[in-house]
Parts: sequence; structure tokens; C-alpha cells
Amino acid sequence: MKFTLSWLKDHLKSDESLEQIVDKLTAIGLEVENVDNRSALQPFIIARILTSVKHPDADQLQVLRVETGEKTPVQVICSAVNARAGLIGVFAPFNTYIPGYKKILSIATIRGIKSFGMMCSEHELLLSNEHHKIIDLPADAPVGTSFAIYAGLDDPIIDISLTPNRADCAGVHGIARDLFAAGIGTLKKSRVPAILRNSEKNSVKVRLVSHGKQSPCLGFSWRMVKDTRNGASPQWMQQRLIAIEQCPVNALVDITNYLTFDRCRPLHIFDADKIEGDLAIRQAYDGEKLLALNGKEYTLSSKNCVIADRNGIVAIAGIIGGKNTSCDATTRNIIVESALWNPLSIAQTGREFNIVSNARYRFERGVDPGFMIHGLECATRMICDICGGKPTNAEVICFEEPVERKVLFSFTEVKRLTGLEIPKDKTRSILACLGFKVEDTTEDKIVTVKVPTWRPDISEKADLVEEIVRIYGINRIKPQPFTIDHTILRKPPAFLQSRNARMILAGRGMMEAITWSFISEKMARMFGGGHPDLKLKNPISDDMSDMRPSLLPGLIVAAQRNIAHGLTDLALFEISDVYKGHAPEEQHLVAGGIRHGTAKMTGSGRFWANNAGSVDVFDAKADALAVLASFRISTNGLQIERGTPSWYHPGRSGIIKLSPEVILGYFGEFHPTIREDLDIQGPLCCFEIFINAIPEARKKVKKIRPPLLLSPLQKVTRDFAFVVDRTVPAASIVQATLNADKKLIQSVQIFDHFEGAHLGAGKKSVAIEITIQPFEHTLKDEDFEVLSRKVINNVVKKTNGVLRKDLNINNNNSTRCR
Amino acid sequence: MGSIEILEQKIRSAIDTAESIEDLEVLRVNTLGKKGTLSTPLKRLGSMPKEERKAFGLVLNNLKKHIESLLIEKHKRFKKTMIFQQIERESIDVTLPVRQDPTERGRIHPITQTIDEVITIFSDMGFMIATGPDVETDYYNFTALNFPIGHPARDMHDTFFFNTHENGERKLLRTHTSPVQIRAMEKQKPPIRIVISGKAYRMDSDVTHSPMFHQVEGLVVDSTATIANMMWMLEQFCKTFFEVSSRKIRFRPSFFPFTEPSMEVDIQCDCSSRKVKFGTGHNWMEILGCGMIHPNVLRTCNLDPEIYQGFAWGMGVDRIAMLKYGMPDLRDFFNTDIRWLEHYGFSPLNPST
Repeated sequence: MKFTLSWLKDHLKSDESLEQIVDKLTAIGLEVENVDNRSALQPFIIARILTSVKHPDADQLQVLRVETGEKTPVQVICSAVNARAGLIGVFAPFNTYIPGYKKILSIATIRGIKSFGMMCSEHELLLSNEHHKIIDLPADAPVGTSFAIYAGLDDPIIDISLTPNRADCAGVHGIARDLFAAGIGTLKKSRVPAILRNSEKNSVKVRLVSHGKQSPCLGFSWRMVKDTRNGASPQWMQQRLIAIEQCPVNALVDITNYLTFDRCRPLHIFDADKIEGDLAIRQAYDGEKLLALNGKEYTLSSKNCVIADRNGIVAIAGIIGGKNTSCDATTRNIIVESALWNPLSIAQTGREFNIVSNARYRFERGVDPGFMIHGLECATRMICDICGGKPTNAEVICFEEPVERKVLFSFTEVKRLTGLEIPKDKTRSILACLGFKVEDTTEDKIVTVKVPTWRPDISEKADLVEEIVRIYGINRIKPQPFTIDHTILRKPPAFLQSRNARMILAGRGMMEAITWSFISEKMARMFGGGHPDLKLKNPISDDMSDMRPSLLPGLIVAAQRNIAHGLTDLALFEISDVYKGHAPEEQHLVAGGIRHGTAKMTGSGRFWANNAGSVDVFDAKADALAVLASFRISTNGLQIERGTPSWYHPGRSGIIKLSPEVILGYFGEFHPTIREDLDIQGPLCCFEIFINAIPEARKKVKKIRPPLLLSPLQKVTRDFAFVVDRTVPAASIVQATLNADKKLIQSVQIFDHFEGAHLGAGKKSVAIEITIQPFEHTLKDEDFEVLSRKVINNVVKKTNGVLRKDLNINNNNSTRCR
Repeated sequence: MGSIEILEQKIRSAIDTAESIEDLEVLRVNTLGKKGTLSTPLKRLGSMPKEERKAFGLVLNNLKKHIESLLIEKHKRFKKTMIFQQIERESIDVTLPVRQDPTERGRIHPITQTIDEVITIFSDMGFMIATGPDVETDYYNFTALNFPIGHPARDMHDTFFFNTHENGERKLLRTHTSPVQIRAMEKQKPPIRIVISGKAYRMDSDVTHSPMFHQVEGLVVDSTATIANMMWMLEQFCKTFFEVSSRKIRFRPSFFPFTEPSMEVDIQCDCSSRKVKFGTGHNWMEILGCGMIHPNVLRTCNLDPEIYQGFAWGMGVDRIAMLKYGMPDLRDFFNTDIRWLEHYGFSPLNPST
């Protein structure tokens, strides 16, 4: 909402400076976005060209002597085609900033003759694009005075960002009232003319056609004015409209625009000679069209309320008028209307057609119903003053005089909500200045506050507290500490834990990405999504249409963008939500990551000591297990199985299970089909960990640790090697070994794993080192013998394998101390 | 010159000319060994007269000690040379690089870093952390938060909708994290102190708007919380997070459908250069919105506004991250350009730099 300072002062008698006014506006909730004090045009002076002589050395230039109000004339070189002796124009002395050039004017020597200033074109002052001719003012323009003041270009422009609740401040008068309440100046009595009483009746009738349900028309007042002359509006009105970026059209149109901003009273004027028959307020017929004032054609439906004559629609009610019935230079007889519309209906229609008009802006926020008829009188008065003409009697239909809403209020409410003590008298006076009426009740501390008709936003006590506090001054509230209850000082594990996981993954050389929650349908389908419930109706683009079922598609797309920049070794992760359905419990927190190229944890690319190899399933597995470790889930308790979802390489991926039912995540390389479909080049591996699947009990931090049991006896190690089918999981050998003696065998390490022709087709060799920790007594040879047999038997039974005899493992000799 | 002197000369010159530790060992055995050149005369001592024996013995012992020390000294010299040679042999070019530590390479995204910073400040003030779903209903996103149906305030939120479900329900992507306030008040009786973080979505895309963005907000409900408490708490936050004094913080009346009275908080800043400087300059930068919970919102959650009161605040994480850390374009946050992440991201071990 824009207005000028002089416009404000039409409504507010005030001596406060522009700065004081601006500061107060922001302080009371009318946030000033911008102030244009128009100081840029201050140095420009009205000046007369005394003489004009052709430049001796340039055909296009003239040497002028210019009278600027100083004692001696100034010499100026000028190239304008209309420069001539006697012309009164606009002079800029040197050192003036020229807005049109974005430069400061200096003394110039042009072909040997000095120029001490400039006669300006409209372009140089950014008034228009005219730059061939200098400004040519009427003969009575006062030489030596400020051009800006003469042309009305010195009026500061204030732009406030209006919150949607403040319908009343969409007019300058409302802003003045707020300032007055806040102690800035005095509010001038609004000049609402007396209701015109006239014998002449309207020749145009308006009727409301039933809408079936609730009518969007809450009142309609109108009258005709005959024999008007519609020319340009007065200079002062044009200057104000231009200042707030409203283009002057003609007097009748300008008057409606002016009152819209002056009194927040949207109006419309029809050219009565272009109206056929009477007007009807009705629903549009489906498919009915209107060529609107903005030059666009709209196709309406029964959802939209319109004003129509015999030929069809002449206006979309409360939003925009039609072009064919609008006022132009030839307009003589008019119909002026001032109406009231249901804000919801206006908002719906405005949104449907995306029409942003000054009328819609106000009607959907709620204009003052108490001013509808006064608005018609204001408009009529201005029309008669400016365009002449004979008004007929005003007529009103569908209108009920508004009743002031009542709010029961207690003065203690301000202290209860804000901690601020404001004297009762002050509270009363603030409310009174804003137009509220405070009436005492029979109860001691409770008053009835009558809400003025222009404040649809005030309906209860809290609203009044806001009014009182914002006017009294928010910054007069003294901040008060509140007690911090440390018994509730607990951070839920989920937050802390995903932070740990994030730190761990970044600590493994990965970069955290945040990718879009929505991806393309194609990608969603590839990764198990694409459900219609998770499809956006109005996506911002086709690539962002479906809620992601997995973090991987976003990370792959991100990787590919980087690869296109030649950054091929990359490790990315994200900890965020995926969506399996649209219910709250179907949103799951996941940690996912990918590595591409040679982006190993230890480093990537070529290196003098050891070149990094391609990333593979085990890099992904290590990442996945690191995430689980951050949730204190150790690898020991986990089962790794085959059977990952379709996007994984079935032979190079694994499921991580906590128990047969609980899947914690997946890791692996991508399925060759997915690689082909997504055009993935180079090694790529990934993991997904489902943080929600981790049982809450596992997330709890146990503060007390079990006692540490240290054995006084030495650890010993033994080696074994088995030949098994290549399909036998190494993990089953380890498990079978551990099961051989859970007390003595502390750990099992696979130190060799290979396939070879000499082992037989489809066979592989797995060699393990067992760490044995005796607790009770040092083990004797017989003990080792028993243990070895148990290990071998267990493994052979579990895997159908055989102990490798060819290997030169002599456990008696290989016993090593640790 | 007696025979002892001659012997001494001989041994000395033999030590001088020894070329290795091995030579020296041979010399030691030949000199001091059982059959060494010095041992032989010592054996003769027994057959000497007492007076003579004493004098000769002294001479011989002195000589023996002297030779021993000469041998040790020479041995040390050899040892020194050998170690020197070993060092020479073992020396390598230590200017060769080592692999960069993975913790140096890894990066935390500036948004999660900022969320962490904000949440930590409020956690320390006794706030619990709450989250909620991104896919929301119209009820939680608007109606329960006192957005009247069709009100222009809903227009300010360009909402992403899902297709209407078979059961007639139309879900949407939450346009703010405030629905979590309602969910919290439904679930829990006051006193409530929660801080909420999460993603929100609006159909917007330019330098400072993105269709997906992040918010952190808070909620306090009890029977005494006032604007004065809220101002104190938010001042604490701004002082800690933006490192400015309370004089540089401004509260300004504003409007939100779900708070009444409503305010916005501005921080004084200098916007004259690309990097915004806080606590100085002539501009005010809007940081967050806040206010007392609207009575309608309390009623919706079955809390009597005559008994319960409280306040809520919220801010755009992406925006304050941009302000604090100087990223020029919000859209870059979600582009995952690793050059950008390397530059603007945070090290996991050193997040404050």
C-alpha cells in the first residue's frame, strides 16, 4: 500500500517529520517497506534560456546563456532540437546527480567551450523516455524555483507492507487514524458530504437475481449522473496516482481509483449509454464471457457473481469491470456504484482467474460496510466537482445497516498476556482513538467494547490486547526471564542419534546432501514408489511430481550432475524422510548414501603410495554398519542376507537384519538394469538404513556399564581353513566356529578367502584365525585338541565343507602369543 | 724406552689403524684376552720381587685401563658411524604427501548445521524436540491454525496438493511446520515447551524462495507465559545465534492467523555489501515471527484460553543460514554441487569454522 506524505496530511494534521512518521508506522505494525523522499529531484531548478547561439565548431550544438535565478547567467552547451531563446525549462547545475544517466554532472569543455550545467530532458529526470527535446514549461513557470515543487514531484512516497488482517489501512484515512491513535498529530474530520436528496429518479434499475444459497452481494448502492464531461483529472490527483504507480486514465476512472486508495472504498462507474436495459446481480451462466478492463477475456461459470445488463456481463462483481461499458472521453451519462461483497466469494473468483485488482485486494480483506453509502456520496461529490453533471437519487438494495460487534473486555487482560501495566485511562484513550467505544458494565472490572465497522479483524479479547499494545508500544514491554525446568531437559534420542549418524558419515569423508522430497514418477517407480496417493496435483515440474520412496534417486541425480562437471569421485549421504504412503506413520527417517568412482573412505584417485580402487559393495557395507554403530548396534548381532529390493544387484548386495523380522537396511551395488535405465557410468554403490526400524530400546544410552572381567591368562590363536561351496556364506563358517565354544572362543577373523581351479569347480577356500581366551586355567594340548575337533565338526556340519589338509597349518606350532 | 712403552706404542697404533668393530674385537682379544699381549707380562708379576712387583703391577694396570678406554672410545666412534650410515640408508622423502583424513573431506550441510545450532540453544532453555509429517491434512495445516476457509492468508501459502483420495480427502504438503504445534497440543497437556524442526513446501522458486525449505519453530503453553517471557527468550536466542546485543533487536507488530498479538523480530544489520553484517548499519532484517497463541487455536486443541496461554515463534532456517553464513542463492542449497558443499559445508569435527 503506497501513499504520499501530502496525501496522508489531507487526513492527519501533524507537524512530525517524515522520519518520525515512518518510524511510528513500523512501530505500530504498518511496516514501512520503502520511503522515496524524492530528494533526487531537489537540485533541479526552473530556468529561462536568455540567448541561444550556434556552437562555432559544432553544427548540432548550441551555446546557451541561461537565467537560473542567480545574479549572472550560466553558460550551457546544449544539443536539444527545441533549445531556443525564451524557453523556460529545467536546469541542473554541475555536481548534480542525473537520475537518467546515473552520473554526477561535471563542468565539461565541449569543443573548446565550457558548459556549467545542463538543460534537462524528461528522460534525464526519469519522467518519460523523451530525450531529444528539453523540458518546455509554460511561460508562467517561476524561474529560479524548485522544479520538483512546481511539478508536484517533491511529495515523499511511503510504501507499507500491509498484513492481511488490516483491511482498514488499505485506505489513507485508516492509516491516518492509526497514527493519530499512536500520538502522531490529529485526525482530520472526514469530509463526507451530506446525502444528496434529489427528486430525479434513476432510470436504470438494479435487481438481485436469487443465488439459491447465500448471496455474495451484501449491499448495492448506485445512482446516475447525467451530462458529465469526462476529460483529464486534475493535476494534483494525477500526481498522487502517478506517485503510487496508478496510471491516470480519465477523470471518472481516476476518481474511482483515488477513492479506493483514499478511503479504501472501491467503486465502479459504467457508461450508462453503453448499458442495455436494467442491471442484474446474478451468477454467471457457464461459459459466459467478459472482456475486462485489463484487456483480457474471462470465461465465467455459475460459481462467479457478476453484474450484467441485457446483453451480458458488464463486470465481475467486486473484482473488475468490463471494457465495453467503461468510461472514455466521450462518456456523458454514468452509473456510479458502491457495493459490498462477500469476501470469500471475491477471494475464490479472484484466485480462480488470478486477477489482482485494487478492488479485489480490499473486498477480500473486508471493506467498511458502514461506509458503502458514504462512499457513493463521496464519489458523486467529486464527479460533480470535476466533471459536472446532474446526479439522480441514490438507491440501495440488499443492504442492512451494520451492527457494531461487542467484545467483553477486562483491563487486566493486557497484563495477563503481555506482562505490561498500562493505566486504564491510557487504554481507554487508545481504544477511543481507534474508533472503539468503551462502555462500562454492571460488573466492576469488565467493560463492553464496541468494535467499529471498519475492523472486521477484531472479535475477541486477545485482538483488543494487540490493538492496545501495538499502539502503546511493543518495545515498552520489559523482557522477563522465565524459569527453565531442567527436569524436562531431555533431548529425544532420535534427534541426537541422527546427528551422530551424520557426524559419522561426514567423518567417513562423505558430503551431506539435501535433495528434493519430490522426484520424477519414473524414478519413484524404479525405487518402489509411484503410488497415486503420493503424487502431487500441482507439481512445480515433471521432475518433482512424486514423493520419494527412497533417498537414492535424488542422490544418484545429484551425483550425475557432479559427474557432468568432471567430478567423478564422490561420496554423498542424506539423512531425511522417505514416503511409503500419505499417513503420518508412513513417513520414515532414513540414512542413505552413495559412493561413485574411487571415492573410498581412505581417499580417492591416484596416489604415490597406493591408488584407490573402485568403490564396491564392501564400501557401502562399511558405511551402513558405521551408521548402525552410531546407534550402538554392533555388527555381531546382525544377520546379513541376500534378497535385496529390485534396484540392487542381487549378487552384490545384502539385507541387514536385526532379527528375522526386523530389516535395518540394505547395501550393495546397483542392478545392471537400473544402471542402464539411469545411464550410470562407472562404479557406484549405495546403502540405506531405516532409522525408524531400530527398536527404541536400542537407542537408549545405558549409563552404567557391566563390570570389566580381565583374564590373567594369555590369549592364543589358532588357524583353520575350509573348502566349501562358493555359495556358502562366510558368515555361516564364522557363526559355526563361534558356536563351537562360546566361552573360550573370543573372536573369529577371516584372513583368507579365494576360489581356484585346484579347489574344484564351484568351491572356495575360507581361512580363519580363532582367538581363544582361557579364564580358568592355561589350556593343555588335550584341551586344544578337543576345541579344534569341535570347531571342525561344527563347520563341516553347517557348511558341508572339508578341512583343508594341503595347507601347511600346524596349530601346535602356530600358537602365538599376543 | 722400556718394553712396556714399546708394547703400548704397538697397541695404540693397532687401535688407530683398526677399520671396523670386528678389527677392534680381534685387537681386544689379542691385547686384553687371556693370552693377550698385556696378560702375558701380568702373569710374570708373581715371580717378581715384592717391591718391583708393586711398581710394575701399577704400570701394567694403568696401561690396561688406558687401553680399555681407548678401545671403548674407538668402539663408540665406530658405532656412531654405523648408525649414521643406517640413518642415511633409511632416509626417505618426508615431503611426500599422506592421504587427507576422511574427517577433513567430509561435510555437514549448512542447513543441518544451522538447525543443530538453533535447536541446541533452545534445548538448553528446556525445550523438547518434536517433529511431524510433511504430508498433512488441510485441518492441521490451516483450519486448526485459525486460517479461515478462503481467507487471503491462505493465499500467502502457495500450497502443493495431492490428488483427492478415494475417500474424498485431499492431503497437502505442509506449508509450514506449525501443524506440529497442533499435534503436540493434542497429544500432551500443558506445560508444553517444544522446539520443532522440519521441511515445509510452497510453490515458489527464486533467489530467496525454494519449493522446499526448512523451518524451526517453538511452542510454549502453560498458564503464565507472557509476551515479556517470549521477548526475553527470543532475545537470548538472537544474542547467542547472531552474536548481537539486545539493543540491536527490534520487535514489531505483525500478523499471523495463529497468534494474537503477533510480532516479527528484526535484527539491525548492514546490507550495503554482499555479506550482511549484523549488529551494525541502517537496515533491519526480519528474522522470525512470533506471538501469543490465538485463543481459537487453544480452543481447537481443547485448551481453555481463560486458563491456558502461551506463545509460539518460527523462522526459516535456510534464510537465517544464508544471512549468517553468506550464501547468495537459496536454490544452491538443494543442488548438491560438491564444490558448493566443500565451500559452504561444515567439517564434522570442527563445525564452528
